[in-house]
Amino acid sequence: MSAAGVSISRVNVSYGKHRVLKDVDLEIAPGEFFAFLGPSGCGKTTLLRLIAGFVQADSGSVRVAGDDISRLPPWRRDVGLVFQNYALWPHMSVRRNVAFGLEERRLPRAEIERRVDGALDVVGLSALGERKPSQLSGGQQQRVALARTLAVEPKVLLLDEPLSNLDAQLRVQVRRELRELQRRLGLTTIFVTHDQEEANTVCDRIAVMSEGVVQQVGTPMALYTRPANLFVAGFLGSANLLEGRVAEGPGARRFAMAGGGSLPVLPSAEVPPGARLVFRPQDACLAEAGDGTDALRGRILDREFLGASVRYTVRCGAVDIAVDAPFRSGDAARETGQEVFVTVPAAALLFVPT
Amino acid sequence: MNRPFTTGQAALALAIAAFLLAFLVVPVGTVIYVAFTEKGTGAFTLVNFADFLRTELFVRSFWNSVYVSGMAVVWASLIAMPLAVLTTRFDFRGAVLIQTLGFLPLIMPPFVGAVAMQMFFGRNGSINLLLDEHFGFKVPFMEGLNGVIFVQALHYFPFILINLSASLRNIDRAMEEAAQNLGCSGWRLLRRIVLPLAMPGYVAGASLVFVKVFDDLATPLLLNVKDMLAPQAYLRVTSIGITDPMGYVIAVVLVVASVLAMWLSALTMKGRDYATTQRGGGGLGRRPLTGWRAGLSYAVVALILALVLAPHLALLLLSLATVWSFAPLPDAYTTAHYARVFGESSVYIKNTLVYASLAGLIDVVLGVGIAYLVLRTKLIAREWLDWAAMAALAIPGLVLGIGYLRTYYGVTLPDGTPLATFWIMIVLALAVRRLPYALRACHAALQQVAVVLEEAAQNLGATPARTVRRIVVPLMAGGILAGFVTSFATAAVELSATLMLVQSDSDAPLAFGLYVFMQSPAGRGAGAALGVIAVVLVALCTWVSHIVLERSQRSKGAV
Repeated sequence: MSAAGVSISRVNVSYGKHRVLKDVDLEIAPGEFFAFLGPSGCGKTTLLRLIAGFVQADSGSVRVAGDDISRLPPWRRDVGLVFQNYALWPHMSVRRNVAFGLEERRLPRAEIERRVDGALDVVGLSALGERKPSQLSGGQQQRVALARTLAVEPKVLLLDEPLSNLDAQLRVQVRRELRELQRRLGLTTIFVTHDQEEANTVCDRIAVMSEGVVQQVGTPMALYTRPANLFVAGFLGSANLLEGRVAEGPGARRFAMAGGGSLPVLPSAEVPPGARLVFRPQDACLAEAGDGTDALRGRILDREFLGASVRYTVRCGAVDIAVDAPFRSGDAARETGQEVFVTVPAAALLFVPT
Repeated sequence: MNRPFTTGQAALALAIAAFLLAFLVVPVGTVIYVAFTEKGTGAFTLVNFADFLRTELFVRSFWNSVYVSGMAVVWASLIAMPLAVLTTRFDFRGAVLIQTLGFLPLIMPPFVGAVAMQMFFGRNGSINLLLDEHFGFKVPFMEGLNGVIFVQALHYFPFILINLSASLRNIDRAMEEAAQNLGCSGWRLLRRIVLPLAMPGYVAGASLVFVKVFDDLATPLLLNVKDMLAPQAYLRVTSIGITDPMGYVIAVVLVVASVLAMWLSALTMKGRDYATTQRGGGGLGRRPLTGWRAGLSYAVVALILALVLAPHLALLLLSLATVWSFAPLPDAYTTAHYARVFGESSVYIKNTLVYASLAGLIDVVLGVGIAYLVLRTKLIAREWLDWAAMAALAIPGLVLGIGYLRTYYGVTLPDGTPLATFWIMIVLALAVRRLPYALRACHAALQQVAVVLEEAAQNLGATPARTVRRIVVPLMAGGILAGFVTSFATAAVELSATLMLVQSDSDAPLAFGLYVFMQSPAGRGAGAALGVIAVVLVALCTWVSHIVLERSQRSKGAV
């Protein structure tokens, strides 16, 4: 399988008056493991189905390995889609399900059998070939769906929420297997999910989508550390969002929070007009003493023990700030009601446009 | 952008459209044309309709037809619902037997049922003779409109049973379990979840029953009820002549009323997506019946089956009786009627098998084609095919027969005989008449196939045509078979269209022979014998198809 890139340019889709995708532009490199991430209704599944040919764009094009496939019907696109609910045909055995695409390609019988064996072997289901889909567990059904798609050696593999129907433990296992399989096959893969943890752990790059618009594209770490807007900041991991303004004082820049208190800001920090201050809970620290110019004063409202850390909710004026304090065995936790000061290293402060 | 349809789909649509045009639209159009034109001059006129409204008999006939059809639906529902629910939702001993017996009434022409029912339930039938003797009163089961309602409900309830059972079987177990999980059980579960989900099947079946009863001609005639619409049309055409416009006017009224009923039922179901099974079948869980519930259920089923079997028993007795009159049971028994039927009338049986099989085959091919075009393509005006095919429901067989005669009498075959008298025309008339049943069955079956299963096939390289052949048709197999059996069984006993089209005895099907025999008291024995043969024949086919259906369900893994 030679890897193929996917290039989506200026795609618009609407259902009646409702615009589902707005001017979507994406470049997915050959062999890349790419995710469409966003809440339900953001258009990510529509975009996936557009690539597979089940949705027609009003305008724009989709290219795979440089060829425009926008006008091809689904059955000539050669992009393998693994459906969310697997869509296994109940009247066919596992083997017949997997053989289907090869039979449609009119391959010789021996070749079909060989490739079916190979595909079932890849997903570890060689022993269950004669079963009917209804006799398999959810995880096994998912592997059959994957084997069925891999057997035809598509140019691109599309996965529609592949983990959503699995239980939590299996999800982590299958996630690793998918990643491992994708690396081994070097197959360009697009993964649709609403779960940022799934996207972060599995994918090379992520396109974060909301309301039919690609908000930002980047590696998981880049998206996390440099979100382009508040939506991305909030969707990837927990984030504290503070309103206020940056005051240029003599020799020091400070962020003055709307409700009082301020934090030091790096002289080099870019502050777009109207930006909010964003920082991650684990970047903040709690201290017993401080003053109102380099810390935010507040009271601990709530405490959640997360194992590796303790998440404190600190009420500072009118806003609640989440602070994650690392937890080591033997540490004593702070009590709710305690008065504390929240400090954040200047380097961890981000100014994100709304 | 992609075209909304493929060339193959367009060709299929055109072929179906041509068939419907030639054998439904044009003949019926001819009939309507006659109703609206002045006799002799051919000028447009509404005078014929004014005459209809001025005639008290016609107006009364109209309301009688509405009343009889409505009551027949009510009674048919009361019979079908317990059978459908009990056999699909509970571990019920003999469920296969009940489902098979439930089909029995369908395979006997309703007018034969009417004659046989007179022997049991008529004023001087067995039941009333016994009641009178022991309790001194009679029940007017068969008096006037009651008789028509009674016979029709018993005859047509299988339409509701078949459709309702299919819908019930297709409900995802999770639907029921979700309701149980939220604290709903028993009757409430049935009423709030199961029956609403089965509604598409029920409404389809109920509207069919209404329209069939509305159109039926032979049953009221044989029960001597003349003030209903269909008999009035028939009497006008046969007594005054094929050129008399009043028969055509009544036909148009029948057509309009039936179309209205179908449209109302379509309106009720509009926009309800009930494709609930996914991921390898499912179906409702069956529960054991215990205690008084079991007792009550068996009692209800026994009563219904007794009613269902009554006409058949009566028919059997009649076929073996020497003389049966003013007595609970025949005076003496003989097999002479069977000898006579097998001796001189076996051609009826052969013709029936050939006609009904061909008609059923044509119907499922057209049914799958239309259902697919309507549900799965964006072909322009595809709904028209569906409407046109369904419109056949509103066309009384008599009207279709007259239409064929008027349209195709002038077209001659190479040997000089008119096309209208060629036996193929009987097959085509039967196919057109029964198409709606097959189409509804196919439509419902396709609705239950999740679209994603087809998308998966196309994603793996299957063209739409290949997807239909390898995924859609196999998954619809149960519905297609149900459609074929319904078409076959009802075509085997169709009479009203064939009455017009049969030109020689050697081309006549069973129902025609029956009708001829039943006309004279002396022929009743032989007619009944022919009826028994028909019942056995079609029951056998139905039973085999049921076994096949069960097996295919099992092989899909619906445990």
